[in-house]
Amino acid sequence: MGQITLQGVQKSFGPVHIIKGADLDVADGSFVVFVGPSGCGKTTLLRLIAGLEDVTGGAILIDGKNVVDTPPAKRGLSMVFQSYALYPHMSVRGNIGFGLKMAGLPKDEINRKVEAAAATLNLSPYLDRKPRELSGGQRQRVAIGRAIVREPKGFLFDEPLSNLDAALRVQMRIEVTRLQKQLGTTAIYVTHDQVEAMTMADKIVVLNAGKIEQYGSPLELYERPANLFVAGFIGSPRMNFVTGDNAAQRGASTIGVRPEHLKIEREGGGGWQGTIAVAEHLGSDTFLYVDAGPLGMLTARYIGELSLHAGDRVSLVPDPARIHRFDQGGNALRN
Amino acid sequence: MATRQTQLLARSLLAPAVGLLFIWMIVPLALTLYFSTLHYSLLDPGSESFVGLENFRYFLTDPAFLASLQNTLVLVGSVLALTILLGIPLALLMDQPVIGRNIVRLMVIAPFFVMPTVSALVWKNLLMHPVSGLFAWLAKLVGLTPIDWFTDAPLLAVILIVAWQWLPFATLILLTALQSLDEEQKEAAEMDGANAVSTFIYITLPHLARPITVVILIETIFLLTVFAEIFVTTGGGPGLQTTNIAFLIYSQALIQFDVGSASAGGLVAVVIANVVAFFLVRIVGRNLEA
Repeated sequence: MGQITLQGVQKSFGPVHIIKGADLDVADGSFVVFVGPSGCGKTTLLRLIAGLEDVTGGAILIDGKNVVDTPPAKRGLSMVFQSYALYPHMSVRGNIGFGLKMAGLPKDEINRKVEAAAATLNLSPYLDRKPRELSGGQRQRVAIGRAIVREPKGFLFDEPLSNLDAALRVQMRIEVTRLQKQLGTTAIYVTHDQVEAMTMADKIVVLNAGKIEQYGSPLELYERPANLFVAGFIGSPRMNFVTGDNAAQRGASTIGVRPEHLKIEREGGGGWQGTIAVAEHLGSDTFLYVDAGPLGMLTARYIGELSLHAGDRVSLVPDPARIHRFDQGGNALRN
Repeated sequence: MATRQTQLLARSLLAPAVGLLFIWMIVPLALTLYFSTLHYSLLDPGSESFVGLENFRYFLTDPAFLASLQNTLVLVGSVLALTILLGIPLALLMDQPVIGRNIVRLMVIAPFFVMPTVSALVWKNLLMHPVSGLFAWLAKLVGLTPIDWFTDAPLLAVILIVAWQWLPFATLILLTALQSLDEEQKEAAEMDGANAVSTFIYITLPHLARPITVVILIETIFLLTVFAEIFVTTGGGPGLQTTNIAFLIYSQALIQFDVGSASAGGLVAVVIANVVAFFLVRIVGRNLEA
C-alpha cells in the first residue's frame, strides 16, 4: 500500500513562500510526475514528502496517517537523488544494503535481498565494485537498487536522469517505468523535462511558482490545459498564442493552437498569412517558423517532409476543433 | 602539445632554479657526511683527523640515543593521537551552522600562528608555572596541590604544548574535508535510517580517511624535529626525560662542541625519518590512492 495525500501543504523559508498550499491525492501504485520550470518548488515539495524538510503548514498523509512529525526513515519511502548520492567508500553491495543494515536485519537476509535487487537491475556482476568504477548508467541503477531493496511504500525520484546523456536517458526512462509497473509501487518523480513527464507519468502535476496549476493524465493536460501556463509548458514545440481581434472573434482574450494543429496551405487561402523565417527538415517532421506580421512568430509542424523553405509565403489554417480559448486571467474557457 | 623547442626552452628556464636547489641541498648533506667521519671538536680547533665510522659508533652506543629515540616516538605518537582525536570533534562542531562561526574559526586557528618559542614561553610561565601559573591557581582553587609540570611530568608537558600548537592544523584540514562532504549523501543516509552515530561511523569517518592521512604525514615530518619547545621549557631535562633526537644532536654540537658526532647523529636522524616515513606510507598511504 502506498497512498500519498497532501492537504494544504505549505513551506516557507523565512519570508519566502516556496509552496503556497498544495492539495494532491496520489493513488496507490500510480506513477506521478511533478513537472515545472526551475524554481517552481517541485523539488521542495518532494523533499517535504520525503521528510528532508519540515512543512510550515498542512498535512502529509501516507496510507491515511499524518507523517509530518515522522522522521524520514520511518515514513516508508525511499529516494533516488539527482547526484545519486552513492556512498563512495562502500561497494555496490554495501550501498544497496546500507538501509537494511541500519534496520538491523540479519546478514544473510540482507545478502539475499541485495542479490535479488541486483538481479532485477542487472547489477549482479558489479556487486563488489566501488561506485567510482561504474559508468553513469550503472551508478543510476545502484541508486535505484538502494531504493527498491527496502520494499518501500513509495519511491521518490529527484531528477534522476538529468546527469545522463541523451541516449542513456531514453533507455533509463523506459527501464524505470517498466520497473515501477512491475513492482506496482507508488512513485513520485520530479523533472523539468516535459518529455519525461509525458512519457513516464500516469498523472502529471504541473507546478508553477509554488502552486499546482493542473493535475491530470498526460493526454488530459495536452488536450485540455487548464490555463495558459500549462498550455505553454506541455507540448513541444510550444503552443502558439494569438491575442487581439483573432481571439476576440472567438470570444476569448487569448487563443492557443498547437503547431501540429495548424494546416499549412499555399498563400492566399483563409487563415493566417506569413513568411517562413526558418524551416527545419527532420525527415520525420518539418517545423516551420513563420513570421505572421502582427500575430508574431508562429510555429507549424508538418508530419513528414514538406519542400518549403525560408522566404516562402504560406497560409496557416488552425483546426477549429483544436483551438484553446483563454480568458483575461489566463484560465481556459470551455464551450 | 609540447614541441621540441618548448621542451628545450622549459628545461633551460628551469635549470637555474633546479641547479640552485640542488646545490642548496647537496652541499650541506655532503659537508655533514664529511664532518661525520672526522674527529672534530670545537674546543680543540685544528685537531681534525679522519676517524672513519667512530662517530657513528659513539652516537649510536650513547645511552642517551635510545632514550631520546624513545622520547621522539612517544612525542610524535602522542601529539598525533591528541590532535586527531580532538581535531575531529572540534571540526564537527565548527561545521555546525552557529552564529559567529567565522570568528570562532579564526580564534581556533590562532595558535598555529604563534611562534613555537613564544607559545612555549607562555605555557611555561603563564600556564604551567607551579607558583604563578594559571593551572596552579586553578588547582589551589579546588584545594589540590599544584603540579610542577616540568619536574613531575616534563614529557607530558611538552606533548601538551606541541599538541596545542598542532591542533588547529588538524582541525582546519578536517573541517575543510567535512565541508566537502556531499549533503545529498548525508540525506541519503538519513533516508536509509542511519542515526547521527551511524552516519558518523559509516559516512563521515570514511570520508575523513584521506585528510586524516594527510594530517598524519605532514605532522610527522614536523614533529620529528620539535626543538624550540624543548629548548625553551625543559632544556631536554630533567636528565634525559625530554631529550629527543633533534635536541640530542643540538647538545652534541653546541653543548659538548663535538661536531663530528653531531653530524653522525644528523645522518642517523635522516635514516630514522625515512624509516618512519616508509612505515607510515605503508600503513596509511593507501588512503591517498584515488
